[in-house]
Amino acid sequence: MSIRVGESASAPSFQQAALALLDDTQLRRNVRHATDVITRKRGLVVGEQADWQALRDAGSAIKRHTLRHLDEYLLQFEQAFTAAGGHVHWATDADEANRIIVGLVKQHGGKEVIKIKTMTSDEIGLNPALEAAGIHPHETDLADMIVQLGADKPSHIVVPALHKNRQQVREIFARAMNLPDLGDRPEDLTAAARRYLREKFLKVKIGVSGANFLIAETGGVCIVESEGNGRMCLTLPEVLVAVAGIEKVIPRFADLEVMLQLLPRSATGERMNPYNSIWTGVHEGDGPREFHLVLLDNGRTKVLANPEARETLHCIRCGACLNTCPVYRQTGGHAYGSIYAGPIGAILTPQLHGMQHSQSLPYASSLCGACYEVCPVKINIPEVLVHLRGKIVEEQSANVESVAMKAMAMVFRSPRRFEAAQRLGRIGQWPFISGGWIRNLPGMLGNWTAVRDLKPMPQQSFREWWKQREKSNG
Amino acid sequence: MQITLFITCYNDTLFPETGISVVRLLERLGHEVVFPLAQTCCGQMHYNTGYQQEALPLMRQFVETFRNAETICIPSSSCVAMIRDHYPKMAEASGDAALAEEVAALLPRVFELTELLTDKLGLEDVGAYYPHRVTYHASCHSLRGLQLGDRPLRLLRKVRGIDLVELANIDQCCGFGGTFAVKNGEVSAAMLAEKMRCVENTGAEICTAVDNSCLMHIFGGLHRQRTGIRTVHLAEILASDGSGA
Repeated sequence: MSIRVGESASAPSFQQAALALLDDTQLRRNVRHATDVITRKRGLVVGEQADWQALRDAGSAIKRHTLRHLDEYLLQFEQAFTAAGGHVHWATDADEANRIIVGLVKQHGGKEVIKIKTMTSDEIGLNPALEAAGIHPHETDLADMIVQLGADKPSHIVVPALHKNRQQVREIFARAMNLPDLGDRPEDLTAAARRYLREKFLKVKIGVSGANFLIAETGGVCIVESEGNGRMCLTLPEVLVAVAGIEKVIPRFADLEVMLQLLPRSATGERMNPYNSIWTGVHEGDGPREFHLVLLDNGRTKVLANPEARETLHCIRCGACLNTCPVYRQTGGHAYGSIYAGPIGAILTPQLHGMQHSQSLPYASSLCGACYEVCPVKINIPEVLVHLRGKIVEEQSANVESVAMKAMAMVFRSPRRFEAAQRLGRIGQWPFISGGWIRNLPGMLGNWTAVRDLKPMPQQSFREWWKQREKSNG
Repeated sequence: MQITLFITCYNDTLFPETGISVVRLLERLGHEVVFPLAQTCCGQMHYNTGYQQEALPLMRQFVETFRNAETICIPSSSCVAMIRDHYPKMAEASGDAALAEEVAALLPRVFELTELLTDKLGLEDVGAYYPHRVTYHASCHSLRGLQLGDRPLRLLRKVRGIDLVELANIDQCCGFGGTFAVKNGEVSAAMLAEKMRCVENTGAEICTAVDNSCLMHIFGGLHRQRTGIRTVHLAEILASDGSGA
């Protein structure tokens, strides 16, 4: 098995990666600005929806129900998709999915493909696999294109180039498209992108897409987008290859009524996406001649098998949890070492890996709960984070932290030991007090005093005050 | 009314003045306060850091200590959230049906301080006098965990002499997060810097909250920078009556 989530297996820990990013003032300003703008827009369009909480309940219920019967709905989808003229391919892991897609492109003699934004393709590392086979992938989503032309990595699941501002985008375009006089107004940049992309749309005969929803009832594949590049990729190529995680299936066409209200409002703060495409099979004289769909597991069935964390698979990739997260706000997405950044990435990445990698991610959260509050399908991310921390602790060998935590638990288990520890602490802290404050602690605790003072333990604990009062009251 | 105080381990050890204020306030309002000495810690730090096994005996201890209490007051929203959100699941997972029942029976009697004052005692004006410029920080557990809403502000608005100023980005975490502040010290520091900027912009002399944990973090930064702003637990403001006691 070769389960892969981008390059997260070889990524540095969150703490390490965050250090360098915190020094990137431009990136931090870009991330703060962009997430503030999206969060404000989301607040407006969610606020106007009187039944928002009921919609969240419905979204969560649809996902819970689907996951409970995932095997049946997947087979139903396969049958409907095949009946409509499509071909389903099942892929256990990233390598198998890449082999299938590369094989299909080669079979049609393709040297290039045009791509609609698909995080799943980044998860399996499709672009490097295509390139290794001599096939050039062209990203057509504006943000993905910025990332690709800048030889960068996505930092957000909806807005992959969120960490770049328009002056930086201008530089990337000017260099990659050889346009030294390009302006940095939004219309200059989109016009340049349009000219660059139109040529690819007309020339390249194979399209690669992801999917937002797979409709079991009809065999339809639903893709929402804002730029129209998706519509181009779905209609112009002769062959369309879509790749989607098995959790993307929903039972009925009518379920879109809920999902297509939740997703755009949560993702981009729009009431509706500008382009909503539902593609069902092939049609004579209209659109691609062949439609292939790669259904990807890549660790998902393992996540599904854990009742304590399977709600992770509810995710509809809206990115609202990233935009609201105070940790993501400081570091941006690259600190997470995974194409899935932010709170959802912190629970999804290690689970897909079976907890073999990315063990710093469940700790990359202050458990403030903002992610849970905005999640359109009510994934209790803080609870899953704590559950995953428990799994990491269970499997780790003894270390300074675990010894200290166990010792503290022993102290807390007895009021007598607790009181003794309070007295001991009061004496033990003396070497660290200077000018009435603790300013420099050793070891891990030094991370506290690096930027924060600490008031020493007072001479009398509350319980001592209480006991003294009881005594003097007789 | 007899009110049993769960002071919490860190208030007991580091912030006794908060506990003393709760006792003075509740007694001034005509209630009897009881403090069982068998109490220690709710287990939150262990639970949230991944040491759930270690948190279980601490839950049992809490249940044993408070099983006969009529009304339990806790001046810390994060400890209340731990008890309310996690105890039922922990008890269920332990397979001990009697424990699960006891937890369920105990929960309706557990109140965070401002819940106790506003919901249970029906008060907003507790007779406090506090002539300072104050801003209120809504801790994450009070805001999203317990959904305290404007309970703390309703109490603060009735304090005589207070100059209450609104904190910008009030729903944003200060970066404490328990062991997060140590495990991810740098990111936590960046979050704290943003919070401190908001606090300083209010022109307040005092930043208050219903959790000393966040306040310890915020004050730690404010003091290091010599900003001339300090933090005070809400209980201490409500207990002040100008008598200097």
